Amino acid sequence: MATFQLELVSPEKLLLSRQVDMVVIPAAEGEMGVLPGHAPMIVTLRGGAIRVQEAGQWTESLFVAGGFAEVTGERVTILRDEATPVAQPSRTAAERRVAEAESAYTEAATGTPERREAAMQRLLSARAMVALAEAA
Amino acid sequence: MATLKALRMRINSVKSTRKITQAMKMVAAAKLRRAQTQAEAARPYAERMARMLGSLGAAVAGSPDAPRLLAGTGGDQTYLLVVVSAERGLSGAFNTNVSRLGRGRARELGAQGKTVRILSVGRKGAAFLKRELADRFVGEVSFAGQKRVGFEDAAGVATMITEMLERGEFDVCELIYNRFQSVITQVPSLQRLIPSPMPELAETKGPQALYEYEPGEDEILAQLLPQNLAIQVYRALLESAAGFYGSQMNAMDNATRNAGEMIKKLTLNYNRTRQANITSELIEIISGAEAV
Repeated sequence: MATFQLELVSPEKLLLSRQVDMVVIPAAEGEMGVLPGHAPMIVTLRGGAIRVQEAGQWTESLFVAGGFAEVTGERVTILRDEATPVAQPSRTAAERRVAEAESAYTEAATGTPERREAAMQRLLSARAMVALAEAA
Repeated sequence: MATLKALRMRINSVKSTRKITQAMKMVAAAKLRRAQTQAEAARPYAERMARMLGSLGAAVAGSPDAPRLLAGTGGDQTYLLVVVSAERGLSGAFNTNVSRLGRGRARELGAQGKTVRILSVGRKGAAFLKRELADRFVGEVSFAGQKRVGFEDAAGVATMITEMLERGEFDVCELIYNRFQSVITQVPSLQRLIPSPMPELAETKGPQALYEYEPGEDEILAQLLPQNLAIQVYRALLESAAGFYGSQMNAMDNATRNAGEMIKKLTLNYNRTRQANITSELIEIISGAEAV
């Protein structure tokens, strides 16, 4: 079966680089499944899980808080915003994050629309992390 | 002439100094290696970021409503200088060089009638620049006590810069840091951050894939640019850290060598003095015996 290169890069290092069959990425406008030979795209990511399929099996699901993905026919590069190396989020860390994001959101309620938007994104991404931690 | 005891004490003191500098040199060498690995590990992200930005920026560059982070405010009246130095000294001219470049640039801009603001990163540079330019300071960041700088630290600095840009506090932002050329050479250099110089488009001349953007190009740029700024700052911090250890290693190597030379000279002096003492004692004894 055809494969393509999946790269997961954080600002501090290259986290993952290997051949996979398919990957599902949490794009800003909905989940997006990528197979080899996909049309070139650049998308932004919202918080959620990257799911990886290798040799017909769902092998891994990795958390991203946000970032970008560059898709070409033979390669998918995911740039995550944060440097946190934890691919598998722990429940407590996720809940702490939600609490932080919530307080940031209430704080931003009086701020500019952009700031509110950013806080909202953060909250959603933290909730996605909790959901993922629960599923794991 | 110094007494024997004073000389002996002096030699011992220089010897312990040499021990300290030698140890510091080895510590710096180990830390240098770590800093270099960290800088290398950060490279893939920066490369891929530049690639994306190159294809995106080409699409937006030149349009009148290009985002501020890319195009600046249009004016060039107020400059923000971000000066990156180290937290510690004992590293030769490392901090002085970069601070001097910052001071020179501030003077030059001042002479042109521009307003200069300074954001300093690192304790040592701040101390140097404050002597003359304290009234230009808008912020100070220090990572003292931290073992290594992480991306979060850089992102924090980048956020400060973007917030100031949003409030319209400056038009042009320049980053001044020690570029790591090799272990023995650090070049204080100046890099413009905002308006950001477009990444090299040379490589995109070939058959370039036409990307689809989701959501629109503007939305992606709005997210990509702050992240890119953070990456630029992060790179500068890492280079500065690696440069600092390189510089410190050198300085300590020199200090160790100088201490060695000094010990040699002092020992020679000590032996001569001792010999002179013995000789004069002998002469005294002999002339005493002759008198009897």
